[in-house]
This record gives sequence, C-alpha cells and structure tokens, in this order.
Amino acid sequence: MVKKVISSAEAISEAVKLAKPDVIPVYPITPQTKISEKLAEYVANGELNAHYIKVESEHSAMSASIGASGTGVRVFTATSSQGLAYMHEVVYAAAGMRMPIVMANANRALSAPINIWNDQQDSIAERDAGWLQIYAETGQEALDTTLQAYKISENKDILLPTMVCIDGFILTHTVDVVEIPTQEQVDKFLPQYEPEHAFLDPKDPMSIGTLADTEYYMETRHDIEKAQQKALKVISDVDNEFKDQFGRGYGLIEEYKTEDAEIILVAMGSICGTIKDVIDTERSNGQKIGLLRVRVYRPLPIEAIKQALKTDAKIAILDKNVSFSIGGALYNEIKAIINNPTYGYIVGLGGRDITPEQIREIIEKTKNPTKDVEWIGLKE
Amino acid sequence: MVSIGAAIKNPGSTKNNKTGSWRTFKPVSDKEKCIKCNFCYMYCPEGCINKEYDPDYDYCKGCGICAEECPVNAIKMVREE
Repeated sequence: MVKKVISSAEAISEAVKLAKPDVIPVYPITPQTKISEKLAEYVANGELNAHYIKVESEHSAMSASIGASGTGVRVFTATSSQGLAYMHEVVYAAAGMRMPIVMANANRALSAPINIWNDQQDSIAERDAGWLQIYAETGQEALDTTLQAYKISENKDILLPTMVCIDGFILTHTVDVVEIPTQEQVDKFLPQYEPEHAFLDPKDPMSIGTLADTEYYMETRHDIEKAQQKALKVISDVDNEFKDQFGRGYGLIEEYKTEDAEIILVAMGSICGTIKDVIDTERSNGQKIGLLRVRVYRPLPIEAIKQALKTDAKIAILDKNVSFSIGGALYNEIKAIINNPTYGYIVGLGGRDITPEQIREIIEKTKNPTKDVEWIGLKE
Repeated sequence: MVSIGAAIKNPGSTKNNKTGSWRTFKPVSDKEKCIKCNFCYMYCPEGCINKEYDPDYDYCKGCGICAEECPVNAIKMVREE
C-alpha cells in the first residue's frame, strides 16, 4: 500500500489498473481525458495488459465495450457530458444485454451553450438506462468505488453495468491524498472475472443483442427491475467486504450529523464536502443542521433514505441538474418518498461555484420557505 | 420465458418465427408464362423462392418484389383469404 497525492481521474486509473480489465475502448473528452490518457500510458509501458481500442466516437466506445463484454471479459470505459449523450442509445443496450461494464463518468454540463465545467445533468439524463450509478465525494472514494463496481456488476444476481460518477474538475483535476492498495490485496478482493452469463464462444454458439417482440420485451425490462432491487443488498455486502479488507466503507447513503438536525440538506458528490464544513461552522453557532449524502443513486436506496429522514426536520435538496418546470431529479424523487416539508434548490449548473455562503443561503431559505424550488447563485 | 438479457443460447431460432403470417398478399406464379429467368429467385430478399420458382409461404412476407421484377408478369399478388 502506498499513498499518492493524485487527482480523482488518476485515482480511477489506478483502480482500473488494479482491476485488470482485458479491453478498454475509450474516446477522450474533457474532463475525463486524464483517465483515458493514464490508461493508455499504463498499456503502452506494459503496466496493464489490456487491449486499448482507440475508437472513433463514444457511440463506438460503448458499442465496443458491449462487444468485448459479450465475449466474457472485463471491460472499462470512461466518458463525460456530450460523450455520454452521444453513446446514449448504446448505454441502454449495455444494460439491456446485461453486460457488467464499468464506466467512469466525469460529470459535466450538457450543451448548448457548450460548457466543459461541472454539473450532473449528463449522468442524471441516463438515470433510467438500467445502469447502477454511484456518486463519489473524494478521490479515495472514486478509487474504492471503481473496484467495488466490478464486484457488484459481475455478481450473477446483478449483471448490470455500473457508472462511477465523479464531478468534473472539482474531483477529476484536483489532487488529494489517495491510498492505493496493492495488487495482491485487490486480487484477493476482486479475482479474475469468470463469466457465467451469456458470452460469445465459438464452441458454444449463441445470439446476443436479439430482437424481442411484444411477447418478450416487457419481461426483460422487469428482469432489470428485479436486478436493481437486488443490487441494494449486493452493493452493501460488497461495501462491507471492502471495509473488512481495506478499512474503508461508504454505505448506500451517508448521514452526517442528521440525528438531532432541524434542517437536513440532501446532495450527491463533491459538494457534500463543502456542506459538511458549513454544517460544522453552523453547529458551532448552535444551528442544528445535518447532511444526507446520496451515494448510490441507482438503485435509489428508498428505505435507507426514508429511515434517515424519519424526523420532523425540514429537507433541503440540492440538485446540480434540472428537469425544467419541476425542479431537480433528486428533489422530485425524494419528495415522492417522504412526508417532511421538502424544498429543492438548483445549484452549480455549468460549473457555477457553490460557495459556503450559498449553502447558508439555502439553510436560511429553508427556515422560511417561499417557493418549492429555487435557483441559487444566479447573477442579477 | 426469455433468458437474462434476451440471449438466445440455441442459435437458429429465427426459423421458429414463421413470418408468412405477416402477409396480406401472396405471390402466385403461372408456370406456363415463366421463362425461368431466375429474377424472382435472385430478387427475393427473404430467400423464399426455390429453384423451381415456388414461394415458401411459411416465410414469404408478401412484399411483392418477385411480382414487380418478373419480366413476363408470370407472378400475381393475390389477397390472402
């Protein structure tokens, strides 16, 4: 085990090297590019024995990922924003064909206007694809989650792809101390992938990516639903196993000082670090504020969220995405499962800085709410 | 029921789907007029016409390309009863 001061993009690359995928079809896009660059370097200098496919687009990256995964090998790819949108139709196919692909998505705003900076609109737009989605808060969590993702996706009860989401620039381009496990440790946690699911083998021919007419299609979607339901336990089990071996675990959700809180903020990803700092300051001023960080977004851990919000607290939900006319995705989903007074705040779109002052503004607005959904940080 | 991911582990199952049921018009050939030019055999997109110029009604979807291409109008499209 070594500690390195690296960005989350590099942390994910380290995790991928340790997970030893056989095929990496990837197309560069800011702010993901550092991941594909690092992996290219590992393959070129012999540190990672993988087929690195220089595809011509993200649509091809995901298509090649499915093709490779369909032969029963471990696959990694990475993308961001326009790239994820470009691979959209194949993102659905990967889940429908039940391919345990792991993809890192560096969260970035969607065009137009073109913007390379962080929000979470890109992966939120893929929330219904059937992929599992996990949002990391730190570089360490990004590395650990990438290792966990393979174990979750390849579980024979799941067989769904996992998207590891990291905030563009805020995580991908800022450095932090990251503990890198040894190959021996990772091999113990994540042995070589032994496919039991359908995979192409000339000795045992089969068809994958088939047509399913009205008689069959609906059951295949319901199978994904069942696998998503089962995934909550598998994600927890894998996280616990990881914690036993590496001493770090994250849970489906993270509760920070929620127990006696009168206002609980809910958010995903790197912004939770800022929120925790604000909570510490506000608590020293006698304000009872807490945070619920949603780490696993698909499947949505409904029971865990309900349990965590089983208080009289007012709930303030921060979304780095918007579903126009109705507020952010997380706001709408959580509002639907709890009875607390719940307010939505749209923040940080296109990389607009989310400052501690804005978090305090959200807390104040939640005390005396005038609107269900408000945009915070807009310029006059 | 359908397998996980709709994978088909016994290939060749397309044959089980008798697409002839999709047909509204069926090709009927007049062997007297036929000049054995092979056009219908070659143009059929489903490979449903054999060397004796008989359509395979199990799979013929009734597209009518054979009738369209026949140079001597030996094939008529007849509405299915």
